Amino acid sequence: MITVLFFAKLSEQLGERSLQVEASQAADTDQLFQYLTQYKAEWSSILNSQPCLKAVNQAMVNTNVTLKSGDEVAYFPPVTGG
Amino acid sequence: MISVQQQDFNQQVEHERLRCQSSIGAIVTFTGLVRDINDGQAVSDLSLEHYPGMTEKCLVDIVEKAKARWHIIASTVIHRVGQLSVTDQIVFVGIASQHRGDAFAACEFIMDYLKTEAPFWKKETMENGQTKWVDARESDQKTLSKWAE
Repeated sequence: MITVLFFAKLSEQLGERSLQVEASQAADTDQLFQYLTQYKAEWSSILNSQPCLKAVNQAMVNTNVTLKSGDEVAYFPPVTGG
Repeated sequence: MISVQQQDFNQQVEHERLRCQSSIGAIVTFTGLVRDINDGQAVSDLSLEHYPGMTEKCLVDIVEKAKARWHIIASTVIHRVGQLSVTDQIVFVGIASQHRGDAFAACEFIMDYLKTEAPFWKKETMENGQTKWVDARESDQKTLSKWAE
């Protein structure tokens, strides 16, 4: 299983903080994103309508990354700390 | 020392913690506070969310990057999360070095990277009761260009 986490505004809009996805559904982060856009009717427009950063195993990535069972993938808006 | 915490911090305590060696000739600190106005709207409260685990790793990485560029003897980064009110302290960065140049530069560098890389998100409650997630500022990204090597 792959653990998917959502944070901040994105989490509120999607109505989920985390979910588990079968590793067979997502060989890489591009496939995972595709899977998520079809997870619920409104998710495609939410995920595609705003800047969405991703981290794999708690490190930011901006390219397509191969996934395996046990990985943690997080999606979140641009950060606003400090 | 790196800490992500709900509780407030005491500047005097943190300053004394940084005065740990006789070779230290300069301590520079920065403190970020909850402001009462943002984008022209009156703010009453702020909640800060973070990504536990990744946040701490990210702060460690930023401090390591600073240590590779400047001579840092001791450093402290504290960032609060949870519910905060106007005038509350949000973030503390303290750098102890032999000379002020390294301490000033490293402190500014760490804050600039923290604002653009560390996974924290602010949600403001306005005086009229409405809530709003704070948008990232393009100017913060542009600020990073000054650190390009």
